[in-house]
Amino acid sequence: MGILENRFPDNVFFSTTDSIINWSRKSSLWPETFGIACCAIEMISAGCSRYDLDRFGVVFRPSPRQSDVMIIAGTVTKKFAPVISRLYHQMPEPRYVVAMGTCAISGGVYNTYAVVQGSELIVPVDVHVPGCPPRPEALMHGLLLLQEKIMRTHVLRKEPEPATTGV
Amino acid sequence: MRPAFCDEVFQHFDVKIGDGGAGIDMYNITVAPEHVVELCRFLKEVPALSFNFLSDLCGVDHHPDTPRYEVVYHLYSITHQHRLRLKCRAADPPHVPTVTGIWSTANWHERETFDMYGIVFDGHPNLKRIYMWDEFEGYPMRKDFPLRGYKDAYNPFGEETGES
Amino acid sequence: MTDVTVLQETGPEDAVTQEVLLNLGPQHPSTHGVLRLVLQLDGEIVERTEPIIGYLHRGTEKLAEDFTYTQIFPLTDRLDYVCPPSNNLGFAMAVEQLLDIEVPERAQYIRVIMTELSRISGHLLIVGALPMDLGAMTVLLYTMREREMLMDLMEMITGARMHTSYIRVGGVREDLPDGAVDRVREFCDILPKRLIDYERLVAKNRVFLQRTKGIGVIAPEDAIDLGLSGPNLRASGVDWDIRRDCPYEIYDQVEFNVITRETGDCYDRWICRVDEMRESVRIIEQCLEKMPDGGFQVDIPTIAFPVDKDLLGCSMETQIHHFELSAYGFKVPKGEVYTAIEAPKGELGYYIISDGGEKPFRMKVRAPSFVNLQALEGKVGNMNYLADLIAMLGSLDPVIAEVDK
Repeated sequence: MGILENRFPDNVFFSTTDSIINWSRKSSLWPETFGIACCAIEMISAGCSRYDLDRFGVVFRPSPRQSDVMIIAGTVTKKFAPVISRLYHQMPEPRYVVAMGTCAISGGVYNTYAVVQGSELIVPVDVHVPGCPPRPEALMHGLLLLQEKIMRTHVLRKEPEPATTGV
Repeated sequence: MRPAFCDEVFQHFDVKIGDGGAGIDMYNITVAPEHVVELCRFLKEVPALSFNFLSDLCGVDHHPDTPRYEVVYHLYSITHQHRLRLKCRAADPPHVPTVTGIWSTANWHERETFDMYGIVFDGHPNLKRIYMWDEFEGYPMRKDFPLRGYKDAYNPFGEETGES
Repeated sequence: MTDVTVLQETGPEDAVTQEVLLNLGPQHPSTHGVLRLVLQLDGEIVERTEPIIGYLHRGTEKLAEDFTYTQIFPLTDRLDYVCPPSNNLGFAMAVEQLLDIEVPERAQYIRVIMTELSRISGHLLIVGALPMDLGAMTVLLYTMREREMLMDLMEMITGARMHTSYIRVGGVREDLPDGAVDRVREFCDILPKRLIDYERLVAKNRVFLQRTKGIGVIAPEDAIDLGLSGPNLRASGVDWDIRRDCPYEIYDQVEFNVITRETGDCYDRWICRVDEMRESVRIIEQCLEKMPDGGFQVDIPTIAFPVDKDLLGCSMETQIHHFELSAYGFKVPKGEVYTAIEAPKGELGYYIISDGGEKPFRMKVRAPSFVNLQALEGKVGNMNYLADLIAMLGSLDPVIAEVDK
């Protein structure tokens, strides 16, 4: 996490601003309570005592204004798509989206007149968690991957220049 | 084998209803749209029949057979524990009188049938779409409506609309 | 102490009130899914409720006309997603009636055990979720603990935690594994003691009683007229249970009480479900005693995969049947049938019209939650406080996937 070797007494450490900011962001990911369909039951199971999500700092918030991550758990229908878009825009930045379950990733088994074939068509998605429904451990793995992604973001430091081949 | 309670119905209604025969699970009665309300009220109010529970009300599309649409009612009597199926065929454009005055549960069932098939229930207190959004065009469960719908931003697998 | 300055005295005749239209949902912590309620409020009193559904309409019935009968089982799983095996049972029974086949007795016992386990699973969720909606969040964490035990059982028997597709046409997919009977018995021993805990925690709690007793009362005649079924109807005093009155599978060989209450308020609907769980445990224990040995699936190669898997390696005919079943599905004779079972939410009915092919001509699902939710519209849901509406919605126990199909 960018800590310099500890040559000082135990209550002092050095780090980069980016690391501290990213560490605080990943350690308190607050999702919206946004269960749409069957995957919501596995999300609730993940939040309950056995597969406790609270130990990762994940606390479910009822309002989009107070949350960081939107876990789209369930089938997204065309009637519901504008609502998802609106909720996404109500979330303050930095905001992340986890598409949980095959219905949220690509429409799942429902390739019909009423289902959006993937929530990528509505909001930008950071992590896809496949499964129908994904086990609670799979959702936890997805959230941990999101944490790793957050740790790699550049907040204050410039993005590295993309590598180009010589002219 | 016609059950005993059906005899009373056929005696009272004579030519207004048709004998659908004994199905695998319950007896069928066919009826024309104009006699539906009278028949249902009779079935509910006569004590020997007392069909006080409307289990289900659904629409069927028999395209390309005519008459194209059919409304099927499944009735159950909690007191006598017997079931009955009513079938009502309606030609295009379909109009069937509502039975909301007899069983209030028919309200949402009829809205769903209207939304999915376009069968208009005359006299319904609030006939508007229930599953699809209000501006949706078309009736999804009809046989000529494509399964994947028409191509738009949300479903690239839909059929081409054929316009523009 | 400073004097209080009164600027202007206003009496009730001066007050100007206005009704407010409030939109509850579709994203809301207590709407049990994507349900939208448009409320006309006069202060805190709800004058009119209009439920707007369809936010989870996925086109299951249209899709079923394009799928073979075996492929429809996963679609039925996803209807009432808190108790999947019971949905499978209704559909399997309907197709078996059309095919006119008899399921072996052991398979019937296994199916009943799975359905009753799923009933417990479904009731556990709402028994925990209703107090959570009212503010008592602890109960949900406790009921989910039992639910996790049930999910482990499901995984052991069927391979999946939730959407099992275990009950198939002709029986079940595989026989019970070794040790499953003991694990189920263990669960049946533990659950009644935990139910006593939940009753002590919640049922005598003064706040819970004040928020649910006398709230959302539905009279028996109104309940029948609205088409309510299951615990919602029985809590109003109507003594009707499809398992007892029109018995199917082996329900006529087990003894159980049908739980009815008198008042029909939210408290009665909640307590009805707790007592039904006890009866389900009784049914499962009797089934475990009486379950015979035998086939877990009907032995007709044109309908179900072969019971003896070794035949696949040596018999050409078995291979051909297996291939045809996997590639094309089985044909069902022409006819129509309506089969209703007592699902945890109420009367779950499947109306299937077959035209003689491998795919149904029409499949209609009579979803109990669709009809139960109608109780919120119209005269019953009105003239209550907004907080009472939440209690009533929770006690009706709608599952929106079933409402919207």
